[in-house]
Amino acid sequence: MTRPPILEIRYLSKIFSQPVSLGGRIANLFGGNNRPIQVHAVQDVDITVESGEVVGIVGESGCGKSTVARMLAGISTPSSGGLRWRGKDVDKMTAKERRAFDLGVQMIFQDPFASLNPRMRIIDIIGEAAVKHGRIKRRDQRDYVVSMMEKVGLSGAYIDRFPHQFSGGQRQRIGIARALAVNPELIICDESVAALDVSIQAQVLNLFMDLRDEFDLTYLFISHNLGVVEHISDRVVIMYLGRVVEVAPTDALYGDPNHPYTRLLIDQVPRLEAGKRDYTPIKGELPSPLDPPPGCAFNPRCPYATERCRTERPALREISPGRLSACHLNDLA
Amino acid sequence: MTPGQTTTSAPLLRVQNLKTHFHTRQGAVKAVDGVDLELAPGEILGLVGESGSGKSITGFSILGLIDPPGRIVDGNIEFDGRDLLAMKERELRSLRGNDIAVVFQDPSMTLNPVLRVDTQMIEAVRAHEKVSIEAARQRARDVLVKVGIPSPDERLRCYPFELSGGMRQRIAIAIALLNRPRLIIADEPTTALDVSIQGQIIHEVRSLCRETGTALIWVTHDLAVIAGLADRIAVMYAGRIVETGETDEVIHRPMHPYTRGLIESVPSGSTRGARLHQIEGMTPSLPELGEGCAFRDRCHRATDQCRVTPDVTLLGDTREFRCWHPETGGEQ
Repeated sequence: MTRPPILEIRYLSKIFSQPVSLGGRIANLFGGNNRPIQVHAVQDVDITVESGEVVGIVGESGCGKSTVARMLAGISTPSSGGLRWRGKDVDKMTAKERRAFDLGVQMIFQDPFASLNPRMRIIDIIGEAAVKHGRIKRRDQRDYVVSMMEKVGLSGAYIDRFPHQFSGGQRQRIGIARALAVNPELIICDESVAALDVSIQAQVLNLFMDLRDEFDLTYLFISHNLGVVEHISDRVVIMYLGRVVEVAPTDALYGDPNHPYTRLLIDQVPRLEAGKRDYTPIKGELPSPLDPPPGCAFNPRCPYATERCRTERPALREISPGRLSACHLNDLA
Repeated sequence: MTPGQTTTSAPLLRVQNLKTHFHTRQGAVKAVDGVDLELAPGEILGLVGESGSGKSITGFSILGLIDPPGRIVDGNIEFDGRDLLAMKERELRSLRGNDIAVVFQDPSMTLNPVLRVDTQMIEAVRAHEKVSIEAARQRARDVLVKVGIPSPDERLRCYPFELSGGMRQRIAIAIALLNRPRLIIADEPTTALDVSIQGQIIHEVRSLCRETGTALIWVTHDLAVIAGLADRIAVMYAGRIVETGETDEVIHRPMHPYTRGLIESVPSGSTRGARLHQIEGMTPSLPELGEGCAFRDRCHRATDQCRVTPDVTLLGDTREFRCWHPETGGEQ
């Protein structure tokens, strides 16, 4: 490993805050105690992605996985922490380097209906960015877009159509072609197959793997579907309430999960082979990120929680080579 | 209350040759085109299909919730020996929410956003039975406990927006259970929920069906969910049931190429590194559908014979499928 990792996410945090209202500020003048409402959507997320890897990020809704994706794609800015792209700090990049980073990271969205502009033709949806950024000449746009469409399994004959003339699966392919058109190195898939039927989902997952070989891509695959992540990922990151709780190679994670949350989550995955069985459900619900429990955020639902878990937050640390987990139980062993 | 009480052997629900068509400018869309179903008391049936296969419309037809331009053009639906299609709207209304209950995919659409949970639940009880408000509230509280809602008294006083999605869906299920229905039709009830909440709900729903003897039709596109829940599976494709049978049988020995394709395209750890099996093409557009097996354009076993609509083939007591060239190798 002489090359630096393609992407290092360093202690990335995102705080959304709602400022104190006018009424609240007036009340404060008279000794009120209204503070801005803050949500720590993402806290100290630290992930390293090697070139060519597929890293899955899994968690329940509200765990911050999509917020991480949006910060990586530059859609929202981190509150603290930073990103390193091929060993370089993104904040300290020159304009030219920054441009290369922005083009190098592309995102494929969840909803194939909302993520394409309904008033643009496919030729522009896919080709606009490539022309704008000078990858191709305008007169070559048509040929280029046709070649991109064929790469993702669409017929080039549809090039002048509008998005509404396509089915969900085809639209998702258009989204993929759009991302590929600027020759990215890292693709962020945020629930990219969640809205598709099983048979179409299989087609799109196969397409992702084919493109990985062809274009030498690295994927960050975000999903709540553990089956899909298990199928596609080399390494899996489990998030809970804004923090990473476990990182491990896929086989190790599914075969021998360390964190109690991971264990319970994997038990919940409906499986074809298992046949009829009794689920032992995880107790309770995801706590509100507005008011996270003290100590380990999972302690109210954890069957093994001790007094220490209720007061002290466990740090994410290495439990064996390549495996990280944030659980006090590892200290006992 | 019901004149013809069921005997144990008679099916609770019998749907025969149900055809629900939508009349549009492009011609009749045959959303459901000849569906046969039978459901015994206490049985859990998984109705599986992709979008547009007609699985939800089948459920809505049983409930009598088809609006124009849709119309049930043929077939009959018998519930507990009574013909649902011959019933007047008033009779149907006394049946719905009482003997037959429904749970929809999106709980925020089921619940009235401006009414408290208790108001809605008490109303649902008193619409069907003359009981005091207090008794109705008590029953509402009991079913909330049954579906595993912590601190039910507080939840009763909540408005739907104060609750999480999983909690709302559980309340929707609780409302379905209020009048001790004999049949529940659940249309993708866990699709919008996280796996951990899905696990909880499946666990609770199944034990409820076992306890109370309520029959359940669980409509879904997710075979993996149904594999762990249902007694029997019916797979729908383009308005027809292409295969039915005991869950284990169908999962481990699919006869129809479509069923097999669906099963093999589910991603998991055992498929990692390998390409997933994929069914080529996409679901056909219903208005353009002609004679013959609707799956033939995507099927690797199709021949000229498939231009003729296949008949139902019986296999043993419980298996049925519609295919000229069934998967004989079976075991996968």
